[in-house]
Amino acid sequence: MIINGVQIDATFAEAFPMKATRVIITAQNHKWAHISAQAMTGFATSVIACGCEAGIERELAPSETPDGRPGVSAMIFAMGGKGLAKQLETRAGQCVLTSPTAALFAGIDAPDQIPLGKNLRFFGDGFQIAKRIGGKRYWRVPVMDGEFLTEATTGMVPAVGGGNFLILAKSQPQALAACEVAIEAMRKVPNVIMPFPGGVVRSGSKVGSKYKALNASTNDAFCPTLKGQTRSDLSPEVESVMEIVIDGLTKTDIDQAMRVGIEAACSLGAANGICRISAGNYGGKLGPFLFHLQEIMA
Amino acid sequence: MAALTFTLKIAPQQRVDVSPLTPDNLAGKSATDIAALPLQCGNRALRTDEVFTIAGDDAADIRLLKSSAKLDLIGKGMTSGSITVDGDAGAYLGMQMKGGSIEVSGSVGAYAACEMKNGVILLRGHAGDFLGAALPGNKKGMAGGVVVVKGNAGDRVGDHMRRGAILIEGNAGGYLGSRMTAGTIAVAGTVGEHLGYAMNRGTLLLLQAPPLLPPTFNDCGSHTLGFLPLLLKSFKGVDSCFGGLADSLKRVRRYAGDMAAMGKGEVLVVI
Repeated sequence: MIINGVQIDATFAEAFPMKATRVIITAQNHKWAHISAQAMTGFATSVIACGCEAGIERELAPSETPDGRPGVSAMIFAMGGKGLAKQLETRAGQCVLTSPTAALFAGIDAPDQIPLGKNLRFFGDGFQIAKRIGGKRYWRVPVMDGEFLTEATTGMVPAVGGGNFLILAKSQPQALAACEVAIEAMRKVPNVIMPFPGGVVRSGSKVGSKYKALNASTNDAFCPTLKGQTRSDLSPEVESVMEIVIDGLTKTDIDQAMRVGIEAACSLGAANGICRISAGNYGGKLGPFLFHLQEIMA
Repeated sequence: MAALTFTLKIAPQQRVDVSPLTPDNLAGKSATDIAALPLQCGNRALRTDEVFTIAGDDAADIRLLKSSAKLDLIGKGMTSGSITVDGDAGAYLGMQMKGGSIEVSGSVGAYAACEMKNGVILLRGHAGDFLGAALPGNKKGMAGGVVVVKGNAGDRVGDHMRRGAILIEGNAGGYLGSRMTAGTIAVAGTVGEHLGYAMNRGTLLLLQAPPLLPPTFNDCGSHTLGFLPLLLKSFKGVDSCFGGLADSLKRVRRYAGDMAAMGKGEVLVVI
């Protein structure tokens, strides 16, 4: 399959089951909502070492938030419910509770509930106040800038992590330019996050390593400097490869994000040095969800 | 199906316990069964059809027409459906109610919504004393749901209240929120003396500043509280003026008390 001169490989990306939640952070203005959300979703690129994968989903208008203030929705993904709850609590406590004017709300309704402000309330040292509003429990925690308002719990849902595609280009600037347009388009898709810096990862990994202590290592088949040194998947003209990783609430959400992202990258076309679109295919070792590129783009 | 209508056809000399006439209790009963239901009146029991003219068959939609202040315990313990009262109602309206809705076009007696757990009560007239309170001797008052009073309310509103909201669009009597454990009471009009007497926790939201606050309430200053728009927005689903304040009401002066009790309650006066 070729789109605008860009070859779409007959391969698939692999993804794995995760647990996810969405939270809504509001603040006095969008600037401070973003600051708080960025802090909370920081150092959350990969479950390999961060404990979770997190990112900002989108900006919310005041009419879309529970307290009528400007807000941001963020999603957190982890390998299990316990890990997700721990990461959420730690991050909310250190990054949202501390952030000026911020309030924190559940962004997803589900039968499975995990603590959001339920335990953060103890920061109030006995001065915290519970309010049940519209069937939901909230905590008002007195803090130095006024009150930290937080919902007690948020919903936890099964999700899919690790959807991905690779952009292969003739140069590093051209690969990055394609990634940027892809990410810009994908940010408009609901229910997904791209957890890596700016949504892009330049150090895609393969499963396993020659070193026993590591369970992931550099994806040498796609490293352009190793073309003559390893079993490379790259043709001579490819000089740079970048990956976009997608976590989503469902496989369909990731399908949609991949379609939109690949379309955007291909819109630059071969004329702008984009050679191929491939994917992190680990021969079925990584996870049960398969994303066949040519089927998605058909 | 037509609403199940009970039209009062006698002028009761004694108070009548109409607690059997709830959607839960009447569901699935035939007209004959309903007509034969005993209603306690003073020291004797009357058949329902001795007290009311009965029409209709939808037990989930009950109407009490030509109602009187002698009819007590309307909607006691109901869990679903609706009761519409045309006229006044007696004491204990919506007592221990767990769901559904009650609307009264007139005024109600004492202990309306006492120990209520959930649901909505709309009173278009006035409410008597001990609205949303605990029964005498009990320590757990209203624990959920919303009560709207379009007129005035009597003394001791929310005595021992634990959760839920009481929205009074008129004036409230003395001892508002006395011995309150939690929950919210909002008053658009004036309030009587001894506001928040022995209040442990909970919120009294006043649109008008009271002439005098008890000395056991301490001034915590003026604030913009983030939970207020959220709280007021939640009242948009009920017929109350407070829902309309969600976008405009933000600044309040906060008084904490009752310091003679636990002291974790608050009186919020809109500024």
